[in-house]
Amino acid sequence: MAEHRLLLRRHLGVDFTRLDNYIKHGGFAMWKRAVELGPAGITAEVKASALRGRGGAGFPTGTKWGFLPKDGRPRYLVVNADEGEPGTFKDRYFLEEDPFRQLEGILISAYAIDAHVCYIYIRGEYWNSKKVTNDAIDQLYAAGWLGKDIQGSGFDLDVYVHSGAGAYICGEETALIESIEGKPGMPRLKPPFPANWGAFGMPTIVNNTETLAAVPVILEMGGAQWAALGTPGNGGTKLVGVAGHVKNPGLFEVPMGTPMREIIYDLGGGVLGDRDILAIIPGGSSCPFLTKDEIDVPMDFDGLKKVGSMLGTACITVIAEGTDLIAVMGRVAQFYQHESCGQCTPCRQGTGWLHAIVGQLDRGAAGEEAIDLLIDACNHIDGNTICAHGEAAAWPIRSIAKKFRPQLEAEIRRRAAAQ
Amino acid sequence: MADSALSDPAVEPQFRPAALERIDALIRRYPRKQGALIPVLWLAQEEFGWLKPAVMDLVARTLGLSKSSVLATAMFYTMLYKRPHGRFHVQICTNVACYLRGADDLVAVASDVLGLRPGETSEDGLFTLEAVQCLCACERAPTLQVNRDDHFNVTPDELRTLLTQLQTDGLRLGPSVGWPGADDEVVHG
Repeated sequence: MAEHRLLLRRHLGVDFTRLDNYIKHGGFAMWKRAVELGPAGITAEVKASALRGRGGAGFPTGTKWGFLPKDGRPRYLVVNADEGEPGTFKDRYFLEEDPFRQLEGILISAYAIDAHVCYIYIRGEYWNSKKVTNDAIDQLYAAGWLGKDIQGSGFDLDVYVHSGAGAYICGEETALIESIEGKPGMPRLKPPFPANWGAFGMPTIVNNTETLAAVPVILEMGGAQWAALGTPGNGGTKLVGVAGHVKNPGLFEVPMGTPMREIIYDLGGGVLGDRDILAIIPGGSSCPFLTKDEIDVPMDFDGLKKVGSMLGTACITVIAEGTDLIAVMGRVAQFYQHESCGQCTPCRQGTGWLHAIVGQLDRGAAGEEAIDLLIDACNHIDGNTICAHGEAAAWPIRSIAKKFRPQLEAEIRRRAAAQ
Repeated sequence: MADSALSDPAVEPQFRPAALERIDALIRRYPRKQGALIPVLWLAQEEFGWLKPAVMDLVARTLGLSKSSVLATAMFYTMLYKRPHGRFHVQICTNVACYLRGADDLVAVASDVLGLRPGETSEDGLFTLEAVQCLCACERAPTLQVNRDDHFNVTPDELRTLLTQLQTDGLRLGPSVGWPGADDEVVHG
């Protein structure tokens, strides 16, 4: 199978961190179109495109923009570039290699929602991303593409990078807003939703980097054409990653709904050592794991949901036969415990329980009954927290415990025999 | 001057004029001063090496915030250091994708070369070793960071060579900025 490249253009070998190169390849051509369409016209195209949030939740972008109240308060556009979902490496591409694509999307989107300040929240560990994106912003101010009266349009926009500081939970949009306000990144109760009560109490739209990067492409080809690339309700192309036990790990771009098997075998080159697949994480480690029998699933939001998982960030981790799933589960459990913000008891305590039980299994100190205990602990977290971190911790562990029980039991017996 | 303040715990740390200018610019980015708190904590960490209590107090005074709100935010974020770190902060990703590609071998090599377990800082202030979670470059696993530099597709031999070089550099550079004297107060967290 071939890729369908609209956003990913590493193969051109052009240095897109330079504004002149970006413009030479058609960059910012869509600003003129955006001004012709006007805010309502842009939003209509984005709605027609069936673009859904690329951060993982998959909420329709145009619909989200439509939630802004018309009450005259200042509005903010906030970019979620807090890429931290284990297994994910897609937004890094824009932030480090094609920063103006996102920034053109920001300009058009801010104009569409009438925001005059945009904060790009970049993960703290992404030093190179912060540097490249800040350099790109400086180039845009110097060339009159940011600041006052952009290109004579009368539209003003300031864009600032706000660095995270090592907290996964800040990828949750209300925790991210708290962090921009200078507070600990503890998610807020919703409602009110950010569109009504976001950063500094003002109407705020939080969009993922890849989502915004798609906006200029949608204007260029038209929303209906973008929608037609994908499956119904899942418009466009999607950056997909393949990592783990594959021969050709990498980042690719395919139409939404491409079968996962093609992505793993045709683009990812198949499994290292031509082993069988044991398990797959479809889009970051908060997604329930899949078995090898499920890999014909179409890679889109609805397809993954039908098999009880999530598209998430669409960065796939392939785990080959012969891998110790208790060890894998340990890494997952440790992560979600460490990153729990601690405000909800089921998550704060439950993630500790999951990590402790998996630790006992790993040390050979627990038997098969611990698998049921894990499922029970997951059931006590799931649905009982104010943000999705609880589910992010519980779902993958529960999926392993339920779907891979024979493999876990074999690992338990192996550990017992070794003692 | 920052250096003299750090060497004598009785002297209150102060921001240099250039740092104060940067802080003013950061404050202007946000409708409330507290919005600038995390950027200013980053800046303070650059200036003083880590956020010892006197530095957090300085940030609180500079932004007109309560000490408790500065402390609460500083404590929440792992990259804001509440204790001194080494000149070289070696962070090896050990999450799933890197685990599948040999990350544990890298941790073993680093522990062997540096004589540190993950989470420890060497007494000479040269190295902090940490096993961390997903640096999100999984297609180039295993990955690690040394301070602000990414290293991708790292082999155990490459890591051994890298760390040996940093040990040599460390002899020349000395411990990290703000490496404390024996009397300095350290908040663990």
